[in-house]
Amino acid sequence: MLQIRRIGVRLAGLAATILVIATINFILVHAAPGDPASVMAGQSGATDEKFLAQVRADYGLDQPYIVQLGTYLGKVVQFDLGYSFRQRRDVADLILERLWPTLLLTLTAFTLALAGGIFLGALAGRRAGRWSDTLISMGALLLYATPVFWLGLMLVLVFSIQLGWLPAFGYVSIRSESFSTWRYITDVAAHLVLPAVSLAAIYMAVYTRLMRSSIIEVSHEDHVKTARAKGLTEGRILRRHMLRNASLPVITFAGLQAGAMIGGAVVVETVFAWPGLGRLTYDAVLQRDYPVLLGLFLVMSVLVILVNLLTDLIYRMIDPRLAAR
Amino acid sequence: MNRREFNHLLFMSGAVAVSGAGLGRPAFAQAAEGGLTAIIQPEPPILQLALNQQTPTGVVGGKIYESLLSYDLKLTPGPQLAESWEMSEDGLTYTFHLVRNAKWHDGAPFTAADVVFTCDDFLKEVHPRARATFERCESITAPDDYTVVFKLKEPFAPFLLAFETSSAPMVPRHLYEGEDYRNSEHNQTPIGTGPFKFNEWVRGSHIHLQAFDEYYREGEPHLTEIYYRVIPDAASRSVALETGEAQLAQWGDVETFDVERLSALPHLTMTTQGYEFFSPVSWLEFNCRNKPMDDKRFRQAVMHLIDREFIRDRILFGLAKVATGPIASTTRFYDGDVKQYELSIEKATALLDEMGLTPGSDGNRVTIDYPVPPYGETWVRTAEFIRQALAQGGINVNLISTDVAGWASSVSNWEFDITTNMLYQFGDPALGVARTYVSSNIRKGVMFTNTAGYSNPEVDRLFAEAAVATSDDTRQALYSEVQKLLVEEVPVAWLTENQFPTIYDNRLEDLIVSATGVNANFASARYAG
Repeated sequence: MLQIRRIGVRLAGLAATILVIATINFILVHAAPGDPASVMAGQSGATDEKFLAQVRADYGLDQPYIVQLGTYLGKVVQFDLGYSFRQRRDVADLILERLWPTLLLTLTAFTLALAGGIFLGALAGRRAGRWSDTLISMGALLLYATPVFWLGLMLVLVFSIQLGWLPAFGYVSIRSESFSTWRYITDVAAHLVLPAVSLAAIYMAVYTRLMRSSIIEVSHEDHVKTARAKGLTEGRILRRHMLRNASLPVITFAGLQAGAMIGGAVVVETVFAWPGLGRLTYDAVLQRDYPVLLGLFLVMSVLVILVNLLTDLIYRMIDPRLAAR
Repeated sequence: MNRREFNHLLFMSGAVAVSGAGLGRPAFAQAAEGGLTAIIQPEPPILQLALNQQTPTGVVGGKIYESLLSYDLKLTPGPQLAESWEMSEDGLTYTFHLVRNAKWHDGAPFTAADVVFTCDDFLKEVHPRARATFERCESITAPDDYTVVFKLKEPFAPFLLAFETSSAPMVPRHLYEGEDYRNSEHNQTPIGTGPFKFNEWVRGSHIHLQAFDEYYREGEPHLTEIYYRVIPDAASRSVALETGEAQLAQWGDVETFDVERLSALPHLTMTTQGYEFFSPVSWLEFNCRNKPMDDKRFRQAVMHLIDREFIRDRILFGLAKVATGPIASTTRFYDGDVKQYELSIEKATALLDEMGLTPGSDGNRVTIDYPVPPYGETWVRTAEFIRQALAQGGINVNLISTDVAGWASSVSNWEFDITTNMLYQFGDPALGVARTYVSSNIRKGVMFTNTAGYSNPEVDRLFAEAAVATSDDTRQALYSEVQKLLVEEVPVAWLTENQFPTIYDNRLEDLIVSATGVNANFASARYAG
């Protein structure tokens, strides 16, 4: 019973959070100077009053502010993300077709960064002070300092232009409609490599450094000394006694960064022409496509909340002390 | 040097170093096989050309939709959906005879009823520019299935230029009649009469067009399909051309500093032809309501201070001509015999002194606000250059950077002192030029009107008479006079006639054959045998 009540409270809290976020988003978006009508007018090259009035009516901009907010929140409650008059399509459709590429890219990058970071960090931590540690630490520092778009362009230069191994941009080859399922999957995978590596690099560097210091710290703790005194092998000590404890700070940090990654994909998506949410956001900001922008903010907030929940769960799995509490 | 420029430099030097080593070859180059892959940037929001006239929509939509006429590189009207046409002596009646075997992409025949519906109903409802044109008509009628008659209320000389595809795209009556045009589901699957039909649009990735095998012109189109790929990053767009992954880039797809390098590649060609219909002129606009911009001498002084050849050579990398006045030299009725403003700080300061605008203790005569148009690096650099140029005359310029919405709203609501802008000419001074200078077009809140607030009854009269005159000689005389007058008055300081590079695969032939170039239908484009 208690458990169900706790989950209920938590869910109610989430719903309230989402509504507050929606309100803040709305205020922020509408607080920016300039209106969508003049942007659209500017882009069509020639315009008249009738056109401007039409656009304002479409977006409800001719309504009082508070009415607009009410209409918007009313729609959010019904899970209606609205309609983009600019693209003449439902916002939910626009976001849904971009959601998968973004999730694929960020999850791949995230896994890559986490696995690579934990592995390299553990390796460096175990060999602290030796040349392999120095090499890994230096590499991590270098990666951390490299701007993402520059790294992306360099990877394209080497792997696409010079070596010709991987495609330079895009999500899948054109003419993919004639591909077999297997060919389609490998084609997407080939397109995924460079952007995922670019996006993962900086986070991998962070996790490597975190993991390294964490391993060094843990290796001085009593239970590790005990394990060593029991005569366990070094490999077993690392796997059973050190990794779990040392991973905690990395998981905490990764949970925080998972949210940032979704937003941070904008640059990578632009460089690699990856059709994801980041670019949709960027375009929507430039074009003042309010319904799309609000929809995106909301979906991203929900994603971040979900990631936080997931991090909590993983945390409990790794550190059973938390679940017991 | 800002961060972006620095990185471009870094990237370029890297590119040169690696390619200098002679490694590798373009690996992802695709065989022609009759298909074309082109770049599109930014991604158009919609492909229904009647509802949106942005450049990318025009580029893609121009393959799907057609209008009655086409225009050669000298802007002479030629047949498209109309195979012939005549104008009555008094210039009031235009009769178009339509091609008889044109079809919509869904198989329905194209007839005069479609033209009447499009011009008299659809476009008047949704298309600001077409609305202005067709509201001049007293009636639009179809005496038979293949004849359309436009009766004007008074003569309008550039009427024959109103039938370019993005100015008046024909839409199918059988699909749209009785629908809510703006929100109709047919907007998602555009149906036109053009040589290419819409197949698929993967948002954020590409748009796929296929050759329409029932196209009315025998043996056309030659290309089997066109893919428009969305590539948002400029460096990636260059890579796509370099590797042969894309065979065509147009408008501003390639950064000005990259044009020379790409056009020098053996498999690529560059041309600046095919933009004559648009022929944009860029200028420094004054808010003529505010002091000291309301004084002609101030505006003339600014003309004397700006080195426009520098802008052409160093900012636009040669992709421009110095403008001499309001009408582009690529347009009919251009007259270059106007007052010249040589670069001269002395003349500028003399004019400023004469109007009593003396320097203060800090050397500044006046401080003015300049919202910078947020359309990319070129405009920012131009703004920075203009600030330095005007400082030489003691005019202190305060650069304000905003996003597109902020800039458009401050310019259209007249909340600026000076700004830069670039307007299309649409083939005739009455369509694309007069709108900036006539006082009847001072409309607050509306962009691309006479936002400078310039008002001169003589200019109004000349433009009005030239628009309704039926003889080209009369029109030339009137436009020559108005050009002399405007250049003397400087309501805006003309900078350059901007050119755009079209970079394409050498093997492509008959690609740019009209004044709308890459926006035209590509029916004749093909790969060399």
